[in-house]
Amino acid sequence: MSSKAVRTGAHFMSGDEACAEGGMAAGCSFFAGYPITPATEVAERMSIRLPQVGGVYIQMEDEIASMAAIIGASCAGAKAMTSTSGPGFSLMMENIGLAAMLEVPCVVVNIQRGGPSTGLPTLVGQQDVMQCRWGSHGDYEVIALSPDSPQEAFELTIEAFNLSEKYRTPVVLLSDEVVGHMTEKVIIPDSKKIKTVSRKLPKKKPENFIPYAHEEDDVPPMAIAGEGYHVHATGLTHDELGYPAINADAQERLVQRLIRKIRNHVEEIIRTEDAFLDDAEIILVSYGCSARAAREVVETARADGMKIGMIRLITVWPFCERKISELAALERVKKFVVCEINAGQIAYEVERCAGGKAETILAGFMGGRIFTPEELYRVVREAAE
Amino acid sequence: MKIRFIDAEAPPASRIFENLAAGHGDHPLDRYLKKGRIPHIWCSGCGNGILLAAFVKAMEKGNFDTKKTVVVSGIGCIGRAAGYLDLDTYHTTHGRAIPFATGLKLANPKLNVVVISGDGDLFAIGGNHFIHAARRNVDITVICSNNFNYGMTGGQGGPTTPLESKTTTTPYGCSEHPFNLVYLAKASGAVYVARWTALHTHELRDSIIHSVNKPGFCFVEAITPCPTAHGRRNKLGDGLSMMKSYRDNSVLTTELDPEETAIGLKGKIAVGEFVDIDKPTFMDMYDECAICRANAPKKSKKS
Amino acid sequence: MSYWRMPLDAVRREIVLGKVNIISHRCKGCRYCIEFCPSNTLAESEDFNEKGYHPPYVKSDAKCVNCNYCETICPEFAIFVTELEPRNLLPEDVVKTQSRSRRRTRRE
Repeated sequence: MSSKAVRTGAHFMSGDEACAEGGMAAGCSFFAGYPITPATEVAERMSIRLPQVGGVYIQMEDEIASMAAIIGASCAGAKAMTSTSGPGFSLMMENIGLAAMLEVPCVVVNIQRGGPSTGLPTLVGQQDVMQCRWGSHGDYEVIALSPDSPQEAFELTIEAFNLSEKYRTPVVLLSDEVVGHMTEKVIIPDSKKIKTVSRKLPKKKPENFIPYAHEEDDVPPMAIAGEGYHVHATGLTHDELGYPAINADAQERLVQRLIRKIRNHVEEIIRTEDAFLDDAEIILVSYGCSARAAREVVETARADGMKIGMIRLITVWPFCERKISELAALERVKKFVVCEINAGQIAYEVERCAGGKAETILAGFMGGRIFTPEELYRVVREAAE
Repeated sequence: MKIRFIDAEAPPASRIFENLAAGHGDHPLDRYLKKGRIPHIWCSGCGNGILLAAFVKAMEKGNFDTKKTVVVSGIGCIGRAAGYLDLDTYHTTHGRAIPFATGLKLANPKLNVVVISGDGDLFAIGGNHFIHAARRNVDITVICSNNFNYGMTGGQGGPTTPLESKTTTTPYGCSEHPFNLVYLAKASGAVYVARWTALHTHELRDSIIHSVNKPGFCFVEAITPCPTAHGRRNKLGDGLSMMKSYRDNSVLTTELDPEETAIGLKGKIAVGEFVDIDKPTFMDMYDECAICRANAPKKSKKS
Repeated sequence: MSYWRMPLDAVRREIVLGKVNIISHRCKGCRYCIEFCPSNTLAESEDFNEKGYHPPYVKSDAKCVNCNYCETICPEFAIFVTELEPRNLLPEDVVKTQSRSRRRTRRE
């Protein structure tokens, strides 16, 4: 069934628009953003769509404010998102840390372009991967998903909302300019078939509610504003009551839990697309738009008799550490070829997890265009020799 | 990598909850404060406590719905105010209280959202957010504790530090022109602008009640003494002599153009209500322009 | 020469009275309540509280009229006023008003 929020049917739309539709289908009712190429289309689509369902679209004065506004909206109970690209993503870092500290669910869409600085506004890059992981100061865990097509941009935006609501954490949709501006067929399913998750709400009465009590899954229920819970949420290190506690004990308990709530659930969170890993000697690791070239290279190389396999990271963060280290430990796996449009970011992760048991080769360039299957094939060929 | 975090010794639950166990004190206003949170962190003679008391008095006299009133604060001494109030309170990042509050208010327009923060937070790092929230006329109330310097970090010069004023970063006297917050708020489009000193407790309270009940972006500036940092370096004496100087120098005016209400290191302080106008809020306009038009039945094509 | 006399409706007039309550351990000794009390009810004590400040005390000849100003000016939530039974207007009160008025005229 089609509804105002879910436009069931087959569409011809860009990755950015699909991303906005994914947000709508996930139940997003608040969007704050700032225009930036190549992410503007997400905001534009939201400015049309949100008023139709009574939601709020607001263009803030900058990305810092956009990020702060979606955290505020989420604290008031809305599912909220923003979209941006490199320079704006840098500005959002401050409040992404706040969202991690206050444990506020929200979705940040980053349509990556070439950097550093203003770089290549209209052309692709995949250079924000490490910034996405480590960008805000302090220790925290992040979840980042990377689509390789408009269809997946739609699906992963829903997934991003679900993960953020489940784990009370900011989730980044780490897309890129190519996927964002690529126009393809997007099938939006029946609204009943779309699985959405909402955050755990407190079951206890306000007088008995401990806002940051340790739960089994380390994710405490979230009291939203205006319900009488009178919760204090602070970016300072806080104790179980939410009161500031500036001491090593409280820091240890809080930050360890923030990390644990993701690390203990990595197996449930991590998703990859694997092909031919059963007999592969060379494994191509890719994500986002680069995966489209990688897929073709794997097919060609297989046809040429090469023992090549492929891992496409759907979940970029947390990284699939166990999968890489288990594969590296196998006698037959000789090399990992990581193809990404940067000077080596996921390649570092792969190398770290391979632990010297298999060689890691980076197939990279600095952005502005995508891999051609031919040039990537040459790298794989060299690796095989 | 094998991870071995050094175990944190969990303190006995009793220590974490001792605040709660302590309960409220004897003071009748304590019921508006979170249990066991007083004494607050502010220095002797600091005006922030007076502003907090004025807000609590406003809650009492104005009969605020404690379920629907939300306080958001930024960083700085007064940023801690949110944590003392027994309401839904958010202590956000430096300068970002206003956009955070904008999100809260727009996502749930039933909430009464109040931002309590300092001059450095609202007008230096958060200056852009202030003028834009005022321009949009988001229905929030902003209360600024203006103590002319950055107290929390030890008294550095800021956007309201008067010319010639000495701070730890303007040791020879401040060479920058300060903001006149009343004028700035008016020019940015605030629908209500008032300024009082910490001495004007009743007026402050009434302005807060008026602001919270008034739709639109309301701004209340409270001049607060910072005897520890600003007062000491400028030989303004202790808190008491700073308060006495407010008594002697405050001039109540409603006639004065906001442009003429700038404050110097010494000299007169114009206090009063400077702007009180009506204007549709962001949400009024959004409902009218966006939501109604987006959901209007489509015009049938002419045959 | 005095223009002041007992009001004709003096029997219907009452003077509001208050009792100042001090939570000494919260006091940080800013002396605002002492200085700004309009009826000069409070004074600084010699004793120290646990923080090392001198909290105020209520003078023996206190004439608190429950104006609540000390409660609002105290930054520490350390002082509050409770209302007492009001008392009737006495001739001394009129005299006092008179002297107060003279003082004010002199100051101006």
